[in-house]
Amino acid sequence: MAKDTNSTHNEFEKAEHKQEMQHQVISFVMMIIFTIAAFALVVSDVSKYFTIPIILLLAVVQVVFQLYYFMHMKNKDHEMPALMIYGGIAVAFMTILTFTTIIWW
Amino acid sequence: MSNEDILNPKQMPHEPEKATLEGKNKFLGFWFFLGGETVLFASLFGTYLALNDSTAGGPGTEELFGLELVFVMTMLLLTSSLTSVYAMYHMKNNNFSKMMVWLGVTVALGFTFLGFEIYEFYHYIHEYEFTFRSSALGSAFYTLVGFHGGHVLFGLLWILTLMGRNAKRGLNLYNAPKFYIASLYWHFIDVVWVFIFTVVYLMGKVG
Amino acid sequence: MSTAVAQKKGFGAFMWDYLTTVDHKKIAHLYLVAGGLFFLLGGLEAMIIRIQLIKPDNEFISAGLYNEMITMHGTTMIFLAAMPLLFALMNAVVPLQIGARDVAFPFLNSLGFWLFFFGGLILNFSWFMGGAPDAGWTAYAPLSTTSPTHGVDFYVMGLQISGAGTLIGGINFLVTIVNMRAPGMSYMRMPLFTWTVFVTSTLILFAFPALTVGLFLMMFDRMFGSVFFDVASGGNVIIWEHLFWIFGHPEVYILILPVFGVFSEVFSTFSKKRLFGYSAMVFATVLIGFLGFMVWAHHMFTTGMGPVANSIFAVTTMAIAVPTGIKIFNWLFTMWGGTIRMTTAMLWSVAFIPTFTIGGMTGVMLAAAAADYQYHDTYFVVAHFHYVIVGGVVFGIFAALHYWWPKMFGKVLNEKLGKWAFWPFFIGFHLTFFIQHFLGLMGMPRRYWKFLDGQGLDTGNLISTIGAFFMALGVIIFLWNVIYTAMKEPKASADPFDGRTLEWSIPSPPPFYNFKQTPLVRGLDALWIEKSEGKKAMTPAEPLGDIHMPYGSIIPFVMSFGLFIAGFGFIYQVDNPVWLSLVFIGMGITLGSMFVRSVKDDLGYHIHKEDLEKGDGQV
Repeated sequence: MAKDTNSTHNEFEKAEHKQEMQHQVISFVMMIIFTIAAFALVVSDVSKYFTIPIILLLAVVQVVFQLYYFMHMKNKDHEMPALMIYGGIAVAFMTILTFTTIIWW
Repeated sequence: MSNEDILNPKQMPHEPEKATLEGKNKFLGFWFFLGGETVLFASLFGTYLALNDSTAGGPGTEELFGLELVFVMTMLLLTSSLTSVYAMYHMKNNNFSKMMVWLGVTVALGFTFLGFEIYEFYHYIHEYEFTFRSSALGSAFYTLVGFHGGHVLFGLLWILTLMGRNAKRGLNLYNAPKFYIASLYWHFIDVVWVFIFTVVYLMGKVG
Repeated sequence: MSTAVAQKKGFGAFMWDYLTTVDHKKIAHLYLVAGGLFFLLGGLEAMIIRIQLIKPDNEFISAGLYNEMITMHGTTMIFLAAMPLLFALMNAVVPLQIGARDVAFPFLNSLGFWLFFFGGLILNFSWFMGGAPDAGWTAYAPLSTTSPTHGVDFYVMGLQISGAGTLIGGINFLVTIVNMRAPGMSYMRMPLFTWTVFVTSTLILFAFPALTVGLFLMMFDRMFGSVFFDVASGGNVIIWEHLFWIFGHPEVYILILPVFGVFSEVFSTFSKKRLFGYSAMVFATVLIGFLGFMVWAHHMFTTGMGPVANSIFAVTTMAIAVPTGIKIFNWLFTMWGGTIRMTTAMLWSVAFIPTFTIGGMTGVMLAAAAADYQYHDTYFVVAHFHYVIVGGVVFGIFAALHYWWPKMFGKVLNEKLGKWAFWPFFIGFHLTFFIQHFLGLMGMPRRYWKFLDGQGLDTGNLISTIGAFFMALGVIIFLWNVIYTAMKEPKASADPFDGRTLEWSIPSPPPFYNFKQTPLVRGLDALWIEKSEGKKAMTPAEPLGDIHMPYGSIIPFVMSFGLFIAGFGFIYQVDNPVWLSLVFIGMGITLGSMFVRSVKDDLGYHIHKEDLEKGDGQV
């Protein structure tokens, strides 16, 4: 393993990584809270017309955290990944819309 | 300069996973693959949503699902996502041994998750006679959740192979991209699970 | 390392070279040969169909065999002929056009080919193992789920395996185009063929997973007793139709877009003009790709989706005529005022314009949902899609082969024979399919084994069959041309057509590392810019240095072969669980070779500067 303790540049990077890690821990805590909220909402027997949109929204927000923080999509050099993920999401959205609306029976 | 020298620089770059052209290609190619996987799982979700009332006289989702188990499984997988983030954090700081520890934790959590999933399937089959063949709901449920489970298993074997292969030689610019995309894959598995627990279990429970 | 050297080493070494190659130019040869053979097979099936329909109440082949013929003709032509032939062109040309030494994933490139090849083999083994698939190339459930022979199982396994190869190929080209462009080649300086390959690869990425899922559901239903398409257990057959067409409609754009790129190159080169409206062409390509995902249900107007869904899909379908129209006009304006050379490649391209326009026009007719109730499942539809697929894709592939043959094989195809092949094919094509519009409007349903006397369909069908023979003659002359050129024609220069793009700046065929020095791109039509400034070659972007190249590998072949074995296991375990052993053996081979690939480092090697200088680019 390379011994790389010499440069201040390296210290700067380490600090940067640490800060990023803090953001990731925060997003993890948020994800846990969202998950608990979603389960709590379902257990507490509120009207399903309220529950379903809310838990779907919570899921979407969680996934945004995963993609942007855990998978670093917020960082630079992620334009092409973002393009292809959003492309995939667009096709996914149309597919699911189809299967929930114009499949008869 | 030989390959060995290029791949083992005196000082690890800021983002070792993207320091070589091969690394950049792997990084991008794997993200694109995940874009395709999004459509794959969307097709499975669509199929499930189209068939989630087709019980053919058998048990429905409300009757089947128990939220306690799903909650535990969700926590396991969410936590494993965080532990793989820790692994990548240590990779970027060029701390190989800590990276391996966190990957090990990730794998352990993943196997626990898989164990619970197998127990869950066993439970449905033996307590409710709810099988792959008993109703269209059954087919769709086991296919969707099973595809996810298959991805988990593949991810675990993949990470274990990487760990085993590189245990002795440490981090270099050849294996850093491999570790990185394996962790991307692991996060994606968690993304899919977020929708599974919401759309399949929670919405199935609400009715 | 060139083909000639390998041949001197003997046939075994030659075979081994191709089995293990990761060189995109050799993989292009593999795709061309395999795709070409499947094209001939599909053509043979087409001839048998046309002979059966030559006269009313014909008994040339039985009804069951006829069903197998139409199914295999469609499946083979789309998946095993058109796709790989396009992949041959993509492999041969894209890295050269962007000034790259290789593709992004040479290993995966080879894996993609072998997966396609073994998938195609599985599909065609069905002929000898109890009957080919017989539920149409669309394999609609429940016709496909209840088909009694193993035919549809072969369809499912064959397409699943070759589909995986296509997906891998698509990702490879996406990353190649994003990451491997030469210095100075911005997106808006890429040749149009590269642009269309980029958009096509995106479509592959998003369309093929839907097919993968559809095939898995079909596989589970037929082989493992699930009930996705079994209405009695709550299943729903329309799911297959949607999944198939969510894949299937983008698939037709996957086929047509690369040849749009080919025509753009050919028109521009042989008119000696810059492509008219380059940015509009790029925009139209992207727009077609985008709209291509919103039109799939126009194949299902008559399934009862309701007026709202039908209207939406009718409108989006008609909207595609707009970007396509932009393209047609831009090609015409490219030729306008140019110094036109009517070479064979140009001939195919010029013939494409009216042919494809007819196909586009009938497309808009079919897009009108209300009118579609009349056209649906008649020969009008058959005529329409042959006008766009043969008139577009096949004409395009012929144009591309004549254009890039020197780059692929080092010799220019004989012009005289090229034109001799063109005319019978072109005339035969219109004889075969133009009349089918009217047969369809007269009510002749597609996929029927027989038609009866006295319904006014006799003459039309006879003409159609005669046309098919002309097309076959054209193909035979083309094959003769290939042999003749290999034997008699002289070696081609680097730039036989006075080309405009980077592939013409290096020898024909190129050395295995393509570019000794990566070129510096200073604008669209990079080579033409240099030529117009009186320079003979590209300005290099780097000093002469060591070149990094990947090692060949047999693993892709073994990996695909494992799936080939497992495929038979999956198909026959329904009859007897003993066959499951084949599944385990096959999957063991595949997963084992994946493991080997993972643990064995593949670092590649360097060609040294000194050797490059000595060889002067000729290795």
